Amino acid sequence: MISFNLFVLPFSLGLIYLLYMVIRWWYKWVKALPEEEREKFRKGIFSRNFFSALKEVFLESLIHRKMFKRNPLLGYMHMSFAFGWFLLILFGNIESRIYSTSHVNPPYYPIFLKFFIHDKTVLWFEINTVPGFFRFLMDFLLLFILSGLVLAIIKRSKSNWFGMKRTTQYQLTDKVALVCLWLIFPVRLFAESFTDGYYGGGGGFITQHLGNLLALIFQKSSRHIAYALWWTYSLALGIFFVTLPFSRYWHIPTEVLLIFFRHFGITPKKVSSSFTDVEIGACSRCGVCIDVCQLGSAAHIHDIQAVYFIRSVRDEQVNRDIALRCLVCGRCQEACPVGIGADMIRLIERNTFSGSHDADFTYLPELSSSTASPYSFPALKSPSSPSQPSILYFAGCMTHLTPAIIKAMKGILKQAGISYHFLDEAGTVCCGRPMMLSGKHEQARKLVQFNRDLILRSEANTLVTSCPICFRVFREEYNLDIRVLHHSQYLLELIKAGKIPLQVYHRRVVYHDPCDLGRGSQEYNAPRELLGKVADMVGVSQERQDSLCCGGSLGIYTISPQKRDLITKDALEKLTLSDPEILATACPLCKKTFSKHAEIEVLDIAEIVYDAIPK
Amino acid sequence: MIDFGYSIRKDRLIDYDKNDKRVLKHLKDHEPSVLTCIACGSCTATCSAGQFVDFNIRLVQTLLRRGEIVPLKTEVQKCMLCGKCILVCPRGVNMRNLILAIQTATDKLK
Repeated sequence: MISFNLFVLPFSLGLIYLLYMVIRWWYKWVKALPEEEREKFRKGIFSRNFFSALKEVFLESLIHRKMFKRNPLLGYMHMSFAFGWFLLILFGNIESRIYSTSHVNPPYYPIFLKFFIHDKTVLWFEINTVPGFFRFLMDFLLLFILSGLVLAIIKRSKSNWFGMKRTTQYQLTDKVALVCLWLIFPVRLFAESFTDGYYGGGGGFITQHLGNLLALIFQKSSRHIAYALWWTYSLALGIFFVTLPFSRYWHIPTEVLLIFFRHFGITPKKVSSSFTDVEIGACSRCGVCIDVCQLGSAAHIHDIQAVYFIRSVRDEQVNRDIALRCLVCGRCQEACPVGIGADMIRLIERNTFSGSHDADFTYLPELSSSTASPYSFPALKSPSSPSQPSILYFAGCMTHLTPAIIKAMKGILKQAGISYHFLDEAGTVCCGRPMMLSGKHEQARKLVQFNRDLILRSEANTLVTSCPICFRVFREEYNLDIRVLHHSQYLLELIKAGKIPLQVYHRRVVYHDPCDLGRGSQEYNAPRELLGKVADMVGVSQERQDSLCCGGSLGIYTISPQKRDLITKDALEKLTLSDPEILATACPLCKKTFSKHAEIEVLDIAEIVYDAIPK
Repeated sequence: MIDFGYSIRKDRLIDYDKNDKRVLKHLKDHEPSVLTCIACGSCTATCSAGQFVDFNIRLVQTLLRRGEIVPLKTEVQKCMLCGKCILVCPRGVNMRNLILAIQTATDKLK
């Protein structure tokens, strides 16, 4: 006999619809992958990576490990919903197997089990295990989820308890789904309690006691109330499932696919791709990116944060402002518990809004033909020595605006007795990164190609640059088969080789991580080690991955200088809390930006090293 | 018109009553800092592209105000968007968005 009641329909139809949507989109996304990546996906399913992905799904999608690291209360709240509900479904299914008389259970059966079975005594099971095991377990799991629900409600008004100053502003679909999600569990509790109370058995430690109390109050009518509540429960589930693909909760199935993509070696592209679409769907709108965004915290711009930007991409409502107003500092993607590459998505979207920039660089000297000499152009100075030195120094555009850095580098290299060629002594072509930040990768290629030819022509084996922006793009886009170093790395090498005599400087120095050197190129240690050799380092609360943007970022296009100043002043305030004498950085742009407002000396690492050389 | 005995070359004639202010208007909405320019030339002095070609933000400003949209469009294509000009600008003109906004505006006119 199959148990059935009309009220199971909303749940069942909702579930069928949700499954249809998940399968449809997963299929669509996998199919849209380029051929070689689809091959990776196919191979990945039958490899060890499948299990490592499964492990990450468990740790991130259910346990919410990264959320726990951020804030234990926030982690618990997310875990109780995800892991609690997962266990409730899992054990509910096992329970329904034991108490069912039929061989095939319809999917709704475990969900509404108590409505169909009131007497939960199966002799063999009760004898062989702990009596009342499932009655206890199911109540316990429900309590686990309800504790999370209480936290979620508290979070609406006291988000700072959860380590969040601001939370996401939701849209209508999000609100509907949220209300349904919040209704599901209390309604289930009362539906079960009324049923247990009316039939006088079958409940666990909460549902039975609560049920007995309710039966005492409502007497015979508790049966009808229970029935109404079962309907409500089913409706809440049904509506939640139907709204899920259009709300933030779409991240639940999408994040799973994203984790599999990553483990199978599928990577983000510079143009809109299936991977980007999956990333966009996987954003849970948890709002962790809101507080870390300095445009919000320092410059009072509250509508462009990664969560809102990604939502606007998903809704196809990106506008020029939201696309171009971002520092591209990478703080949000560093904080993102899902690991969404928001910066890359922003650059992809920018392509549409930065105009059809048909950059015309035909004025640059032709380098591709081997006969043409680039040095016939006055701006491109030929090497000073006739033999080509193995070290190439590229200061970068921004460094030319901070001549003290160039002076220091020249001084140090002279002291160390290094023979080098100063590639852009009289200036050169931009490295291409600023153009890429407008989303114009194709146009930037022309600049990249020019500089690349120039670098390779010199036949050097090491390229040293003073600008982290150039450094990042040299490494990521230039495809050079020579060593590329930032000057902090190179100077550290020279010091370790004993080529630079140093005296300890004994001044309190705080170090600021430039975005493109730190988060962008993952180089946090070389500058610190270098500074540690000459000065006394003082700590700062936001450093390394959490370091602040100086406000001078080339990533942002639409911002007033006043707003930029707010970001710079705010960052300065945080950097100088421990009262250092010198603010050290490793980026000419950071130096120039900070110098405008700093009350203490702002120096580049190269300048500090140069100062420490006994003269 | 009084005949002073001189002639005017038509291609040098700019009629401020008839010039095309559409791009300038777009910029007033999208990058108002363009109006604060005092034509000091700092941007031009530091320009990366300016080392190789006759590229001049002041000329861009002039073309913009005269409404000479066709040369304006080809002029801004020379920019590498490196951003040095923003750092030296004493008036806080947001040059990189200026270039992008001119392109967006001239695209729309097509």
